[in-house]
Amino acid sequence: MSVTEKFLSMEYGPAPEDPREVLVWLDRHARKLGHFIGGAFRPPAEGVYFDTVDPSTGEPLAVVAQGSAADIDAAVKAARGALAEWQSLTPHARARYLYALARQVQKHSRWLAVLETMDNGKPIRESRDLDIPLVARHFYHHAGWAQLVPQEFPGYVSCGVVGQIIPWNFPLLMLAWKIAPALATGNTVVLKPAEFTPLTALAFAEICQEVELPAGVVNIVTGDGSTGEALVKHPDVDKIAFTGSTEVGRAIRKATAQSHKKISLELGGKSPFIIFEDADLDSAVEGLVDGIWLNQGQVCCAGSRLLMQESVAETLIGKVRERMSTLRVGPPLDKAIDIGAIVARVQLERIQRLVDQGVAEGAICWQPSLTMPSRGLFFPPTLLSNVHPTSTVAQQEIFGPVLAAMTFRTPREAVELANNTVYGLAASVWSESINVALHVAAQLKAGVVWVNSTNLFDAACGFGGYKESGYGREGGREGLFEYLEPEWFKRAPRLETKPKAIDQPRDQDIESAVPPIDRTVKLYIGGKQARPDSGYSFEVRAADGRLLGEAPLGNRKDIRNAVEAARKADSWARTTAHSRAQILYYMAENLSQRAGEITGRLAAVVGKEQAHAEVRLGIERVFSYAAWADKYDGAVHNPPFRNIALAMREPVGTVGIVCPADMPLLGLLSLVMPALTMGNTVVAIPSETYPLIIGDLYQVFETSDLPGGVVNMVSGRCDELLKVLAEHNDVDAIWSFVGEASSVAAKSLSVGNLKQVFSDEGRAIDWFSIEQGEGRWFLHHATQVKNIWVPYGE
Amino acid sequence: MAVTKDPRLGSSAANLIAGAADLRLSGDKEALATLAERELQPNRGIPLNLDWVENIRVNTSAVERRAQTLVTRRTVKKDWQVAWLLRAITCMDLTTLSGDDTDERVRRLCAKGRQPIRQDLVKLLGSESLNIRVAAICVYHSFVETALRALEGSGIKVAAVSTGFPAGLSPLDERVTEIRRSVEAGAHEIDVVITRAHVFGGRWQALFDEIATFKAACGNAHMKVILGTGDLLTLRNVARASMVAMMAGADFIKTSTGKEAVNATLPVGLVMTRAIREYAQQTGMAVGFKPAGGIRTAKQSIEWLALMKEELGASWLNARLFRLGASSMLADIERQLEFHATGRYSADYRHPIA
Repeated sequence: MSVTEKFLSMEYGPAPEDPREVLVWLDRHARKLGHFIGGAFRPPAEGVYFDTVDPSTGEPLAVVAQGSAADIDAAVKAARGALAEWQSLTPHARARYLYALARQVQKHSRWLAVLETMDNGKPIRESRDLDIPLVARHFYHHAGWAQLVPQEFPGYVSCGVVGQIIPWNFPLLMLAWKIAPALATGNTVVLKPAEFTPLTALAFAEICQEVELPAGVVNIVTGDGSTGEALVKHPDVDKIAFTGSTEVGRAIRKATAQSHKKISLELGGKSPFIIFEDADLDSAVEGLVDGIWLNQGQVCCAGSRLLMQESVAETLIGKVRERMSTLRVGPPLDKAIDIGAIVARVQLERIQRLVDQGVAEGAICWQPSLTMPSRGLFFPPTLLSNVHPTSTVAQQEIFGPVLAAMTFRTPREAVELANNTVYGLAASVWSESINVALHVAAQLKAGVVWVNSTNLFDAACGFGGYKESGYGREGGREGLFEYLEPEWFKRAPRLETKPKAIDQPRDQDIESAVPPIDRTVKLYIGGKQARPDSGYSFEVRAADGRLLGEAPLGNRKDIRNAVEAARKADSWARTTAHSRAQILYYMAENLSQRAGEITGRLAAVVGKEQAHAEVRLGIERVFSYAAWADKYDGAVHNPPFRNIALAMREPVGTVGIVCPADMPLLGLLSLVMPALTMGNTVVAIPSETYPLIIGDLYQVFETSDLPGGVVNMVSGRCDELLKVLAEHNDVDAIWSFVGEASSVAAKSLSVGNLKQVFSDEGRAIDWFSIEQGEGRWFLHHATQVKNIWVPYGE
Repeated sequence: MAVTKDPRLGSSAANLIAGAADLRLSGDKEALATLAERELQPNRGIPLNLDWVENIRVNTSAVERRAQTLVTRRTVKKDWQVAWLLRAITCMDLTTLSGDDTDERVRRLCAKGRQPIRQDLVKLLGSESLNIRVAAICVYHSFVETALRALEGSGIKVAAVSTGFPAGLSPLDERVTEIRRSVEAGAHEIDVVITRAHVFGGRWQALFDEIATFKAACGNAHMKVILGTGDLLTLRNVARASMVAMMAGADFIKTSTGKEAVNATLPVGLVMTRAIREYAQQTGMAVGFKPAGGIRTAKQSIEWLALMKEELGASWLNARLFRLGASSMLADIERQLEFHATGRYSADYRHPIA
């Protein structure tokens, strides 16, 4: 075609990025790469390799090592071996290494971008302008943290050896999100990149060599799911950080339940993209391009559910279609391509299958007539309309360039539809009214909300989900907690639990050997004293065996009712912090008035001395959390754009709490109060040793203006009730502080809706100590951070 | 002449339609452009619709982001780049608007407009058949006749800046008279400036009337309405002013006089092209776009062409609907073309100046 013809057609023409440097690098490795363990590349123990392929051409780029349990073991040993030396460095020295990594990433930015695009299929524009700059930014930001962690997190120490498993959609970026905070906090790392995209991680290994990072601090083991499994199951790993599917996240939670591995999960999403009638519609449509057509839609926080206000829906669909028609699908190394290749055939097939299913269920499928490449794995941008909340494509994560469009009538309905999902990763809200935008943002159950923007990421801002999108945050101050633990907790002795079997239940009317107690303690559900559904009670005895009374024997139905009541009371979260504080102070006041009688009764079980201490410190603790109510506040982050990123601390929701056995009053207050003060509602299972404490407490609650349902207390067999709570899909978190076995049960039984688990890990906590028994550690678990990005400007 | 008292000016739809009829008489029957497969006609204007003005929403941050990434999403290389640069030349309003302009200076500019690229380069690039020349020469009124004579037979249009350019603050009848004089002198195109104060005050009717008055005075000459976006400052103002200008019959909307502190920026261009698209969708009429001021490099010319192609489509990529107001950009394009033709980087002095 001559210049003249091109002049007449005004087509873009090809604009390929040159892959030569990458090919030279691959050839230098003879197109065969081993694991990176202990500072050196080494062949896999079992000698097995597999192909990694350019999805846009189908051509193999290299073979990489298939990691076996032996390789993982070698890597973990290397990481363990390097830990002491790494931790003995000064914070400043660690900062220098991270800084060097950032510089080195920048120096090699184009090479990394091209390699990423070839291995993953994403457009070079994205790897060049988004992925790699963010990788460097992440290391810079955390170089800063490396220096500041000891000052900013006093009393916290690193987890130790961290196992990290990352997905194929942002291979090097996810590596940076994992490795930078881990190293900054003094951990050493074994990282397994995704099977489809191992190359940039191995390139990064070379960069580690270039900056002379001490051997063993970062280890990279390539392989498939079985390699990841070996890492998760390795007994000498202290923490697992995972980004990937909710399904695998669940498996990891289950597999680590028996261990004390700390875990953080960043999982799937079905993020809403909400457009109000007063939005800048053209900009919102452009937002969609960045929302669902970024990285071929293979983004966990992709704005895959388009929610449009009815009044503008038709206009919007027209605009979306027009915009889709100008998208360019093609070879990802072309600089003027919007949509590159899908990472693997299995993913392409999955996308097609889900789209087919959507159409079979009545969705109208629209795809622009674009020129599609003749080879490689490509999927055209796709719009599914006539989609309803019941449609598969509105519920399931497609992980492809497929947008499902629905309408809403009012802001309230927008929120309802947006939250009508098991996921809660991200959301976009488009409106020119700050009132509408922030009102909606506050109500969305999502870890990140972008106002009039989408898919913005920065190292200074936490990223992570609500609900089944996982737990933990990556980035910012909130992200560092995932790699730190309180020093005392790490060293805490084992909690010795004497098995305390509840005797056979007795009929409430049965006459007891001692004079009858003049009160009947009931369950406390929805602000009412309730008889147990079972109609049974169980005996509560003093330390000397004397019968103190009978506690109601709660069962699964009581838990069900309690959870229902707790859920109904969720307006507690919207009560002002000041009001919550007032109620807590009032509780302390009422507790103090009854101090004498409560102490007296408690003394029969725990002894006079402890009873006195429990009541005295209990009152203090309630005071302490009343104080925290309006002080454990959020932050405004500083990402490098003109915008305000509000890191709001929100309550987790409904929290099930299994209270320590040997500290009936103080233990319960130490756990229930932080949850309460942050706006959570609670279902508490009191000490099995002395469940009668609830009789004293509900009288305090009732006289303190605590709204009904905010705290519910169900006594009974701890294990049985814990199981029901842990499995209940409307409970958001489970806190278990009754020893190892319950901790394991809480972790493994809660996988259904991936509850956040907070437990004593079988360790003894000194509830009398302020350091251990109260404060930020508990508040941290009582909240989750929602980052709301608000770009501004006129 | 008491133009402001002319009864037609209050509601000028009727005379706008008359103007459109003139256009049709001039033989312009085929569609001017297409948008989403719909054929668009030249703009005849419509009565002022305040709802359209009030309903405009512009999110500055989002627009900036799009402008920023648009130029990283699109690029042209090699022969395609040559083709695009040649296209940019054909869309250029080669401009001189200086206090020291003289007839001779204008003649020099016209000569450059006729032959913007060295003949040997044209041959090397294989673009002889395209007969590349600029779209128009843009001058002050005093030089219209000079330019017309110098451009005779070339097909290059003569554009006169008018209406108290660049401030636009002289009395209305004087501004209208200025237009008439330039039209009488034979200018094909009139670049008018608006009263920015009307925008700040939200006096959309006054703005509409002013522009409609200009349009009436332009007769068959094409009217480019300069919004002075650097003065308007907010993108929302830019969008509203664009919409009013189009309703009042603008053939082109143009960013700047080149004399404001900030001239044509991509975010402003994005807002204006989106307004043009919106207007086309609502009315079936196509309006042209002219960024002006601060456009100096070949790369910028390609960015603007890409913006037009992305936001409005390929049918906007010609001089009938797109102009680049520039004076020094051509020199950079020439250097780039020489590089393409020879593989060696070029120097300014190797290309004849205007």
